[in-house]
Amino acid sequence: MEHIIIIGNGIAGVTAARHIRKNSNKRITIISAETDYFFSRTALMYVYMGHMKFEHTQPYENWFWKENRIELMNAYVNKILPDENKIEFEDGSHLTYDKLILATGSIPNKFGWPGQDLKGVQGLVSKQDLLQLEQTAPNNKVCKRAVIIGGGLIGVELAEMLHTREIPVTFLVREKGFWRGVLPMPNATMISNHIKEHHIDLREEEELKEVLSDDNGHVRAVITKKGEEIPCNLVGLCAGVRPQIEFLKESGIEYNRGIMVNRNLQTNFSNIYAIGDCAEQREPVGERKAVEAVWYTGRMMGEVVAQNICGNPVKWNPGHWFNSAKFFEIEYQTYGWVWNNPKEGNDHFTWNGNDGRSMITIEYEIASRKFIGINTFNIRMRHEVFDKWLNEEQTIDHVVYNLRDACFNPEFFKEPYHDIKSQFSNLLTN
Amino acid sequence: MSTYQRNMALTGEPPKALNTGQKVGSAIGLFGLGILGLSIFNITFPNKALWLTISLSMIAGGIIWFARSQYKNTQPGIKNNGVWFKSISSRGLLGWLSAVGLCGFYIVLYFYPQYLGQGSDGAANTGLIGLFDPLSYLLKGQPASQWFVYGVLYTIAIISFGIKFLMKYRHNRYERLRTYSVMFFQTAFAFLIPEIMAGLNGDLPYYDLKNVWPLNYYLFDQWNVNGLLANGSVGLTLLLWGIVSIFVITPILTYKYGKRWYCSWVCGCGGLAETAGDAFRQLSDKSRKAWKVERWLVHTVLVFAVISTTGVIHSYLGDGSKYWLSATTFLIGVAVFLTLLLAFIWIFKREELKKDAKFGAVGFLVIILSFIAMHFFSQTDALFFFKSHEVRSTYGFLIGSIFSGVVGTGFYPIMGSRVWCRFGCPMAAILGLQQRLFSKFRITTNGGQCISCGNCSTYCEMGIDVRAYAQKGENIVRASCVGCGVCSAVCPRGVLKLENGPLEGRINPQDVLLGQDVDLMDLLKK
Repeated sequence: MEHIIIIGNGIAGVTAARHIRKNSNKRITIISAETDYFFSRTALMYVYMGHMKFEHTQPYENWFWKENRIELMNAYVNKILPDENKIEFEDGSHLTYDKLILATGSIPNKFGWPGQDLKGVQGLVSKQDLLQLEQTAPNNKVCKRAVIIGGGLIGVELAEMLHTREIPVTFLVREKGFWRGVLPMPNATMISNHIKEHHIDLREEEELKEVLSDDNGHVRAVITKKGEEIPCNLVGLCAGVRPQIEFLKESGIEYNRGIMVNRNLQTNFSNIYAIGDCAEQREPVGERKAVEAVWYTGRMMGEVVAQNICGNPVKWNPGHWFNSAKFFEIEYQTYGWVWNNPKEGNDHFTWNGNDGRSMITIEYEIASRKFIGINTFNIRMRHEVFDKWLNEEQTIDHVVYNLRDACFNPEFFKEPYHDIKSQFSNLLTN
Repeated sequence: MSTYQRNMALTGEPPKALNTGQKVGSAIGLFGLGILGLSIFNITFPNKALWLTISLSMIAGGIIWFARSQYKNTQPGIKNNGVWFKSISSRGLLGWLSAVGLCGFYIVLYFYPQYLGQGSDGAANTGLIGLFDPLSYLLKGQPASQWFVYGVLYTIAIISFGIKFLMKYRHNRYERLRTYSVMFFQTAFAFLIPEIMAGLNGDLPYYDLKNVWPLNYYLFDQWNVNGLLANGSVGLTLLLWGIVSIFVITPILTYKYGKRWYCSWVCGCGGLAETAGDAFRQLSDKSRKAWKVERWLVHTVLVFAVISTTGVIHSYLGDGSKYWLSATTFLIGVAVFLTLLLAFIWIFKREELKKDAKFGAVGFLVIILSFIAMHFFSQTDALFFFKSHEVRSTYGFLIGSIFSGVVGTGFYPIMGSRVWCRFGCPMAAILGLQQRLFSKFRITTNGGQCISCGNCSTYCEMGIDVRAYAQKGENIVRASCVGCGVCSAVCPRGVLKLENGPLEGRINPQDVLLGQDVDLMDLLKK
């Protein structure tokens, strides 16, 4: 029986395992040094906030794995020996595979800041990070202030988490506006204001220069680029993530930022695949980035790699871009592409609900009025409808006038669609 | 830096302490409760009406004060911070103590009302029940009973915790409207209208218009039917209303809106679960095992209810001279109705029934029919092995008192707020069958947006593993779903929506979610 080894039990690896099982009888082993069982990484924040216990983040009950004949191993893989089809563990033992899937995910970016490896400096990616956070920042007596570096999705989550324990947070964001590298200015401004409303000390256009140590090798303060010294007990490194690939160094598996894969998600060894955050596309698909550290991407790659392994060669060719997040109380969804500044020949239409929470921004082609993408804040939209509109290459006019068809807000919610339409019409006539 | 713990536990020092306002609120509420406690020990209050008013206002006021202090400095949004750190809401010591206390209260209420001061043989009420006499006289001109006391406290709980829920979900209009609805139905239909009607027609049995058989299992008891019929056209109307409720109104509304129209908008048990029980919703068991127990248990109770009610009606119908229906005709009618019902489900919904559901359905039908057959062969006036009144009283004791009361509410802090609704309520079982098989209601999942975080499953009071469906992009069509809408509210990514829509495509298992390669999706759909 063919033996498939999957390194990494995150969403990508587990999805691959599930789909291989659906399509075949192959022996499947998932190896992880992080946890015994798959858990939802995106839910770590809710454990710290007390919304859930850690076991609630596990999407499958423990019987699931045995019942589906998916073997789980809690072990640390030291290196890969592609010529022998073997992996080597920390203790020197080996395991042989017929096909290997690398789904090792990401680690927090570190940009060589002095003091970046001090105690109390951490990211928020793994379960171990969460355990560490409980130690460093259990309450506001132990952690009198936290400084978060990097205005992205993990940064705002960490800010929200610390806020629930009333730990004062200073939040350094490089751009002028939160997540400005991704969000158009009106969106970024609204989120920035919302974060400030929660008494987070948000510093825009500010960066980390150095982390200072106390006598015990623990962080004592940070110095910012503008030269300010901010005393703190926790530094949250949330300036993005990068593929976790150190263990591949002498393996002969080609990598750049991530593990290089072709459109079938194969590495330079035909029986070794890489999926999820750790993979880098040799030919990126459409407007997508070569490395995409996104939950949905990991899941879809798992689905595709399973087909490839089960003798049904399929190219990685995901559908329309979509994503979602939540910034404190503001839910965000996006379908299609909305660039932080409109691409050449495009423009943005923004409707502002003026309640500091709800907004939409639509990117469209000026000449053809083709709808390119939408950002929505606190207005839930139907994925299916936007996927259809994008397939049909609808115009912005069609989208705005039929927005109600895409409504996914709970029943009885006040509907802003009329207001959006009238604002849009006013723009057209003026 | 010495008093705090430094351990590896995932629950460090969380947001669990009460703020000053919450402490004041708790003190006020407990003081009000203390007055009731003292009255149990026959402390004589000089002015009962005054002290009762003080006590009840303090209980309600304390709860509302507590809620206001908890939420006033927060922004509208989800308020689950620290839920799993607080002793009361995470099966901690406070949780267990409240469970013991609540169970004890129910046992005394149901079985030892004399300890609460219920006067027997014409003696005046004393103690706690005596304290409620002034209010009871005001409403219906009669002394209070243990059920009157219970009704008042129940209504106060739904109203005050309802107000708390309204503050907690002030950003969510579905939750607000639903809460206004349960508060209204409890106050008007379960409390004021029946009490006032009893005051107007002294011998009219208490009748909560929204309490449908088989939840209202004594509706067809002889004393109740006679009591209703003795009141002429009012009583007859009420009796007909009861029959129409279960056979006509309920099916229509459940077809259009799912069982939520009843379970989380109207029902009193649901009302308490959604308000006072809200703090405990996360304690329901989400395991596959619990689901299995639930399916067998709740349907067994339903069968028990059908047998018990059939037996009771049969026992007093006689040869048809007293009521227009004879016992034999009635039994044959029941047998024919149940057979036709099952045949109908079998013919139209066979593909949707899982193996154990088919097995169970046929098994249950055989049990009911064989009991009925026994009557014709044994020629005794007992319908079953036991006399029908014994079946009925066993049902009343086991299901009516122990399950729905002691376990159903007493176990809130241990097994969540819907233990009764999920495992025991025969009405929920009927509505659930209908919701699963013949209803427009479903919870739609939003394409590929689920991140498997688990908030939905954690906060499902019915113990449905909502995430298991959401992460597959599959609609949630479950018999037990009461449509409280909290899964949709707590979802951080806008994935869930309660909807009434066309029957076609309502159940939509998918292999690959939206957002994936279009060709791959097509391939896997084949």
